[in-house]
Amino acid sequence: MNRKLIVDIAKALLLARWKQTLVAAVGVTFSITMFITLLGFMNGLNDMLDGLILNRTPHVRLYNEVKPNPIQPVQLNQNLGHAFIQNIKPNGNGQNIDNTVAILHALKNDKRVLGVSPKVTAQVFYNVGNIDINGVINGVEVEAEARLFHFQEYVSDGNYMDLKNVPNSIILGKGAADKMQANIGDVIQVTTPQGERQALKVVGLFQSGLADLDKVQSYASLATTQKLMGKSANYITDINVKLFDILQAPALSKEYKHIFETDAEDIQTANAQFETGSDVRSIISYAVGITLLIVAGFGIYNILNMMIYEKMDSIAILKATGFSGNDVKRIFTTIALSIGFFGGLFGLLFGFLTSTAVDQIPFNTAALPNIKTFPVNYDPKFYIIGITFSLITTYLAGLLPAQKASKIDPVDIIRGK
Amino acid sequence: MDEIILEAKLINKSFHDPITIPVLKDVSFSINKGDFVSVIGKSGCGKSTLLYILSTMDTDYTGELFIDKVCMTGLKEKQLALVRNEKIGFVFQFHYLLNEFSVLRNVMLPGIKLAKFSMQEIEHRAMEKLRILGIHEQALKMPNQLSGGQKQRVAIARALINDPHIIMGDEPTGNLDKKNSEVVFEIFSQLANEFNQTLLIVTHDNEFAERTHRIIEMEDGRIIR
Repeated sequence: MNRKLIVDIAKALLLARWKQTLVAAVGVTFSITMFITLLGFMNGLNDMLDGLILNRTPHVRLYNEVKPNPIQPVQLNQNLGHAFIQNIKPNGNGQNIDNTVAILHALKNDKRVLGVSPKVTAQVFYNVGNIDINGVINGVEVEAEARLFHFQEYVSDGNYMDLKNVPNSIILGKGAADKMQANIGDVIQVTTPQGERQALKVVGLFQSGLADLDKVQSYASLATTQKLMGKSANYITDINVKLFDILQAPALSKEYKHIFETDAEDIQTANAQFETGSDVRSIISYAVGITLLIVAGFGIYNILNMMIYEKMDSIAILKATGFSGNDVKRIFTTIALSIGFFGGLFGLLFGFLTSTAVDQIPFNTAALPNIKTFPVNYDPKFYIIGITFSLITTYLAGLLPAQKASKIDPVDIIRGK
Repeated sequence: MDEIILEAKLINKSFHDPITIPVLKDVSFSINKGDFVSVIGKSGCGKSTLLYILSTMDTDYTGELFIDKVCMTGLKEKQLALVRNEKIGFVFQFHYLLNEFSVLRNVMLPGIKLAKFSMQEIEHRAMEKLRILGIHEQALKMPNQLSGGQKQRVAIARALINDPHIIMGDEPTGNLDKKNSEVVFEIFSQLANEFNQTLLIVTHDNEFAERTHRIIEMEDGRIIR
């Protein structure tokens, strides 16, 4: 009964000065709108930029570094008086990973692993007339690459599945294709460092967002690349692993390095700077949002103070007729909180609308073929944080005036008349 | 008729700003149930100050105050608020109605606060009080639509809503013209005579005071009659 009465009185006081109330609420609405829009937009950008690298980067990459044997021949026989051995160079299979079938099998059965994509990297020359251009062909398992690393999103022309279905096909980097004036359906010539020559049919164009990369990189199927290099179907140079939990990458990287006796690199080591960039952008958006809310809070503080001076008589008589200081305080905090609640609620609504509007603004950049409009993130988390912030700030802004109102001495007011 | 409703024992009060001036000096008296008492005295004699101490709103005094045989001295602010809500009705020189609420709602407010009866019952009781004061036809109007005399009668109805032990008035006719003052006095004496209501009215209208059951006259912080 008491709470309902207090809400009733708060409502009456609010509606009596509805213009001031509206101004206060609009302040909150505006700041929450900006808060939601900013966070949504910033995080949309974060997601996009992270995706640019992180989506395509394996969480753990297994490979063989070309390096000298750690046990040199001279160490094998300690009984020799003097040994002179010169020019020991790395040899063997080079970049090939040993025992790939078993490793792939083990990884596919690992519960922590989302998927595995084997890869062969081949150095080639694209032949343009009598000029050779440096290039790299990535031999990939098309379906795994598409499922794990969003391969299809970066194929700007042509169908990525043709890579698997058409024999001896290639998806050229956009830059490389421009240099060769090659289009879909054309046949291009490539030469391997070993001198092998091969004709490949262009089935698509690839745009990674990094122009320099596109001048060099191309994609072919695993089998085509292995054939190009004259290697067997066991020849794999990289195994790209995607995990369920990206945070486990460093630990698993160490573990795989030990078990499979290969080199391993995790995503955190490879791309440490990306986390920092995302964090800084988030901090900026929170700072702006909170600053706006604090300004709105001062507005509410002022309006409540004014209301208390105006309603001095009402407060006095409420106290004289049996409302305690606490009751009066609750009336004014209720006023502040309802301004925060309704202002915040409309802020969320307008924030959502502005976000969708931003989402419609065209954003065409050659670097990002699959992005047509500004990216926006609609994570409900931001909406919950927004309404919580608005309630907390308005409560704090209302606290001081409410305390003042609760301390008003009715005798002073009534005798002063 | 000699059940004591309010009793003051040796009440002293001083103002300390800028220098200490004693306002009330050893004031002791008691009021019985059904008494219609007026307090008179010259301006500055301390009669209003005494009233606000008796009303429990002013707690800065020495001495003891009993309302309904319960000691008020030293009670917490919250407990005193409850006492005011339940046992004391106030009528001031100014009506202090809340402009945001209708006349009926204004009368109901202390009743809703006490929450002793259901909403319907409080509304019924409020209409009853307004009818006694002859303004039940104005019940649904807003306070600013009423005349000064009508507003003061609404304020009296509000004071009556919780059936208080005592009604305290601080110059309740001070702002009213002769005719309306007469109406208010008639209401007070009707309440005292018909409903056995205890009243304590501070006034400087001697004519008003002469017609009450008992007069307390003050001078320089003491009761002289």
